[in-house]
Amino acid sequence: MTAEDLAQPGSRRAADRTASPGGPEVGVLALQGDVREHVRVLESLGCTVVEVRVPADLERVAGLVLPGGESTTLSLLLGSAGLLEPLSERLRAGMPAFGTCAGMILLASEVLDGRSDQRVLGAIDLGVRRNAFGRQLDSFESDLVVAGIDGGPMHAAFIRAPVVERVGPGVEVLAVLDVARDRRPVVCRSGVVTVAAFHPEVTGDSRLHEVFVRDVAAAAAPAAAAAVAVPQRA
Amino acid sequence: MTTDTSPRSDSSPDANGRTTGTLRVKRGLAEMLRGGVIMDVVNAHQAKVAEDAGAVAVMALERVPADIRRDGGVARMSDPALVEAIQAVVTIPVMAKARIGHFAEAQVLEALRVDYVDESEVLTPADEEHHIDKWAFQVPFVCGATNLGEALRRISEGAAMIRSKGEAGTGNVVEAVRHLRTILGDIRALGTADAAERYAWAKRLQAPIDLVDEVARTGGLPVPLFCAGGIATPSDAALVMQLGAEAVFVGSGIFKSADPPRFARAIVEATAHFRDPEILVKVSRGLGDAMPGAEISTLGTKLADRGW
Repeated sequence: MTAEDLAQPGSRRAADRTASPGGPEVGVLALQGDVREHVRVLESLGCTVVEVRVPADLERVAGLVLPGGESTTLSLLLGSAGLLEPLSERLRAGMPAFGTCAGMILLASEVLDGRSDQRVLGAIDLGVRRNAFGRQLDSFESDLVVAGIDGGPMHAAFIRAPVVERVGPGVEVLAVLDVARDRRPVVCRSGVVTVAAFHPEVTGDSRLHEVFVRDVAAAAAPAAAAAVAVPQRA
Repeated sequence: MTTDTSPRSDSSPDANGRTTGTLRVKRGLAEMLRGGVIMDVVNAHQAKVAEDAGAVAVMALERVPADIRRDGGVARMSDPALVEAIQAVVTIPVMAKARIGHFAEAQVLEALRVDYVDESEVLTPADEEHHIDKWAFQVPFVCGATNLGEALRRISEGAAMIRSKGEAGTGNVVEAVRHLRTILGDIRALGTADAAERYAWAKRLQAPIDLVDEVARTGGLPVPLFCAGGIATPSDAALVMQLGAEAVFVGSGIFKSADPPRFARAIVEATAHFRDPEILVKVSRGLGDAMPGAEISTLGTKLADRGW
């Protein structure tokens, strides 16, 4: 099965969605994983959310959230859906993105302990280790202080979570785990790409999603400014 | 509530401020598996085929349900060596089955550090009255259900994921459809019940009133609802996903088909794109023979009847 086999630029399913009025639409990659939790958080922030499964869906969105899930499965499905190239291109062109857990792995530039054929998007210069804490029995919850996030620590759920082992130039580390010991980065940011090793969508904490939504709004600002440049009513 | 021999799940933070084995991380892993395919595998080679095809997890067992059905006798937990051999070759989560009520088998699987324990009717039950007290474990459990009452009883015992049972090892999707429709239909009907009616629902379902109220309020189970038992083709997967399943378990359907790697991949694609018939055409075309199916009325034993 090749990308050409499955890619559906004129997909009937994509076409029968009605366009939403108003602001930019944000996407959640919806091939597999905890899509619903991300949609719920984004909608609570007032976003119009598009579930992205095929390239036509991607064309409509001004930013993309890559959810938690199984990164090897997502990597395969991105390829067969014909999304790898258009998504890489959008990211290179500066589309804001936010990835949690598997989403962080997909956005990174290097996967340690992955499958040899696992593909990455390279949107943020990080080396990420999968299942860094071990198996499900090692999954845990913990409070985490995240730089630039007001309102106290985030309560973080790490589920078979990855960690960052190599931080490239220009990448900002916003949170580390085990502050007293090995200081492993678990929230990073580079330009308009933000990644977290845990699942704020599972605990319903919207503060990192707000960062993403602000990035989307800022990226859309020139267009928005043009749109409101009509005579103001008194 | 618990047997004295069961280890209690500990949910106080460790020295690093980490809390393991919580309800949230148990249900959380199930949430991460949504939209995916969990495949039954009986050896390391099959586990690799499953992972290569995009499975989100594998279920390690000695015989697929079709063979358990054919062989008869008592079906038990897998040999630890088999589970370990499979854990060694894949990076995706590995699940394994314990007999209904057999908490000692579950303890062994927890000690093997499997990612999920399936307290499964596919194995021969060890207890005809009690299910495992799943709150006593750090490892999460999935349990089968044929109706909403059964699902809520399993959740009250600590299950972090429910799968509709279907009829395993038949390649016949009719029971999976029946069970999904029964569970989801009752959830919809419960949503319109007033407070007095919800007590009657709890009585009829033989389920705790607090869980009945929660389902009525939220319109869904408190844990993910996956589908199992009889899925043999990409269209079967798309059918149950459209009916409301959140992911699928495929047992005999892959490794009893004519071309397991292609069937596995096709079912993964169909589960991801379950509302897109054009993609279903592409993945189904020229796939070859699905596993041989069985008419439900010809079965000697209905596995779905196991569980109480």
